[in-house]
Amino acid sequence: MGSKGRFGRYGGQFVPETLMNAVNELEEAYEKYKNDPEFNRELDELLRNYAGRPSLLYEAKKMSKDLGGAKIYLKREDLNHTGSHKINNVLGQVLLAKKMGKTRVIAETGAGQHGVATATAAALMDMECEIYMGKEDTERQALNVFRMELLGAKVHPVTTGTMTLKDAVNETMREWASRMDDTLYVLGSVMGPHPFPTIVRDFQKIIGKEIKEQLLEKEGRLPDAVIACVGGGSNAMGAFYEFIPHKEVQLIGCEAAGLGVDTEKHAATIARGTEGIFHGMKSLFCQNEDGQIAPVYSISAGLDYPGIGPEHAMLAAQDRAKYVPITDSEAVEAFEYLSRTEGIIPAVESSHAVAYAMKLAPTMSKNQIIVINISGRGDKDVAAIARYRGVEIYE
Amino acid sequence: MSRIKDAFDKKKAFIPFITGGDPSLEVTKSLLLAMQDAGADLIEVGIPFSDPIAEGPVIQEADERALTGGCTTDKLFDAMKEIKEEMQIPRVFMTYINAIYTYGVERFMKRCVECGMCGVIVPDMPYEEKEELAGMCRKYGVELVSLIAPTSHERIAMIAKEAEGFLYCVSSLGVTGVRSKITTDIGKMIGQVRKVTDIPCAVGFGIATPEQAKEMAEISDGVIVGSAIVKIIAEHGEECVPYVEEYVRGMKEAILSISG
Repeated sequence: MGSKGRFGRYGGQFVPETLMNAVNELEEAYEKYKNDPEFNRELDELLRNYAGRPSLLYEAKKMSKDLGGAKIYLKREDLNHTGSHKINNVLGQVLLAKKMGKTRVIAETGAGQHGVATATAAALMDMECEIYMGKEDTERQALNVFRMELLGAKVHPVTTGTMTLKDAVNETMREWASRMDDTLYVLGSVMGPHPFPTIVRDFQKIIGKEIKEQLLEKEGRLPDAVIACVGGGSNAMGAFYEFIPHKEVQLIGCEAAGLGVDTEKHAATIARGTEGIFHGMKSLFCQNEDGQIAPVYSISAGLDYPGIGPEHAMLAAQDRAKYVPITDSEAVEAFEYLSRTEGIIPAVESSHAVAYAMKLAPTMSKNQIIVINISGRGDKDVAAIARYRGVEIYE
Repeated sequence: MSRIKDAFDKKKAFIPFITGGDPSLEVTKSLLLAMQDAGADLIEVGIPFSDPIAEGPVIQEADERALTGGCTTDKLFDAMKEIKEEMQIPRVFMTYINAIYTYGVERFMKRCVECGMCGVIVPDMPYEEKEELAGMCRKYGVELVSLIAPTSHERIAMIAKEAEGFLYCVSSLGVTGVRSKITTDIGKMIGQVRKVTDIPCAVGFGIATPEQAKEMAEISDGVIVGSAIVKIIAEHGEECVPYVEEYVRGMKEAILSISG
């Protein structure tokens, strides 16, 4: 029996033996339900009537005009219920958990968006829910902690290690290893051991599918570039997947460069990471020469992760997708720019994608098209941006 | 080079675990020698890792202390080499796959041989992924220890058939750490192993007291104790050696009382 869930040389199933039957059980359940008409009907119903899909593909005319190059469209994942793309995956995974007979879901969260989405789906589907979140992130995103608690979830602040997203993943895996009979780990990105990178991508690929249909309807053609931010990489994988066979469509992932990739304060895995095996997968990681995982940094808690999903590592190795670093200050400028120009406040994560579009669009011609995936809304980040600008406001 | 099987040669083995470099590499060397004197049969040395997902808080904190203290894989290899001639019992490394992978698998195995380490235990590398290391382990004669868990069920036979050195039987769900009671039916787990192989089976996770050690040794070939020892090291720091020695002696006596 060989390694499963590989994307080129990346991926795999590097988890403790205690968890092997749990990941195998999940794989079997997913194989059973992914083509089950009843499961897909229920999920489709939830996506349409609860999450609010399809999300809009909005032509950002003012932005396009102002930048003076390519025509820009925004894929409005921020308009989904709970304010981000995370709900797509979570509705799928929690429904799957329910079909598997589980009564409890656990999840990690960085910015809190995945935690809020999981707590939401758990409330809707009558599941017990516990969320692990780095203590530092519970402070940066206090409002989301309260939101999760309102939704009936128990939030555990993680005080080990760097007290951020990677430590929250560690604690959720530990918790899952102590109780897998009634519990499913609802993983938040296209990372972790097989089958998670595939499951999460499949539940997110609706983003790119809709972009394709909507753009064909509006423009009668495919985009020239699709741009998305990348932490673990779920919104980007979702936006990219449909376009992978269309070689003429440029796929661009924007990594968090924090204070700059030449400093120690960044989370730019493709720019600065090296190959390793961690959190269940072979991929690229920010780490030192001894394989110790580096403490990473970004203004956005959601991108503050030292690794990247294995399918992205493969797309990068194949040069099928390009990954670019965007600094905190570029992201903050883009955050403010989109707010003022289009009246849309994007998540600081998504602002990384907006920032790169602002660089790219002017270099392109007016008959070219860029789609930016606005993965989430920026309400949660307003106080953090204010602090960045030296303004103290009370949430 | 001593072999893992020497640890189980006509006796029940006592296998202590310590994290290399906690609180310092000097103390690690003294601990290995003292534990050998106190009757340890095989010693597991942890290579500290920043994110040890199979460990509970006690060992995780030891990893953090070791890394903060400047322990690196190379320095730990050097320390093992310095006491190689004085050690008569086999030693194995316990670490996470990333530590070996980033070091370079072949370079790692070569240094194991040079420093007298005869095996590796890698808790986040299950059976399906073992080819990451198995080829180089075979090439250099470093034994790759496999683990089975209470959730392994039908996987036990598959894992046991190819197991080398000894089989690490995880006593409980969750992570390492002292437990007041072990509820898993270890006898049944080992019974499933016995159907396919006679490889020695050692039980770990949660064992702290001589009574638990005795109980587990009665139904297995050896007992692994980590967190309880690491706790003593955390408590006494640089002065920990005699306390650990005394503890190991007590545990070994408890196991000897049934070996007869």
